[in-house]
Amino acid sequence: MAGTAAPNAKRMSLIVSKGTLDWAYPPFILATTAAAMGMEVAMFFTFYGLGLLRKKLDLGVSTLGNPAMAMPLMGMHMHMPNLVAALPGADAMATAMMKRLIQKKGVASIEELRQLAIESEVRIIACQMTMDLFEFRREDMIDGPEIGGAATFIEHAAKSEINLYI
Amino acid sequence: MADQVLDVKGLNCPLPILRARKALNALPGGATLQVLATDPGAVRDFEAFCRTTGNQLVASEAQGGVFSFVIRRGG
Repeated sequence: MAGTAAPNAKRMSLIVSKGTLDWAYPPFILATTAAAMGMEVAMFFTFYGLGLLRKKLDLGVSTLGNPAMAMPLMGMHMHMPNLVAALPGADAMATAMMKRLIQKKGVASIEELRQLAIESEVRIIACQMTMDLFEFRREDMIDGPEIGGAATFIEHAAKSEINLYI
Repeated sequence: MADQVLDVKGLNCPLPILRARKALNALPGGATLQVLATDPGAVRDFEAFCRTTGNQLVASEAQGGVFSFVIRRGG
């Protein structure tokens, strides 16, 4: 899928700031699709989003403080009150449910979308400051990302037709 | 008959588009790709994809829950 962006291609820039399973989807879906549509794409992984560049992903979702989240269950939709969501095991249960749904509905895994982003030459920038802050080591992360700061991202963002903060 | 057939039945957004992009890249300009999908969102997505990328959507039809798109690769 490599090399589809023309020299005068439109650009898209994304800030990826969240690292849960649910929040990991929008940036990877949009970045890979934009690349497939010929755009030159950059993703800047900062704060909790940086964890999405780890070699081994073990992503989860939290129902706590996520009041709009509803899982399909026996033809209905199940909401979880915060009081229940705070109990031990609630997040593990919600994560297991979502992973089952992802598989059942033919939705790609984050690992797969991440690989497709790399193959389609999406520019992946890991935030240097976050690496220092959370003590991430380069060797714990996938090959491919460049390490950069805010200015590195803004240089690309300033030339982009689409800028997203997720 | 299209030059190549791509079966993405059962796959959800954005995989049909990503797989189609990959398949189109391997075809010469003017060749046709038929995509078979079950994702209803693919109908509008392939229209938008073709409008944006200079490929031509030659046919788009639905039969028995399967959507069929024929795309002619732009030059």
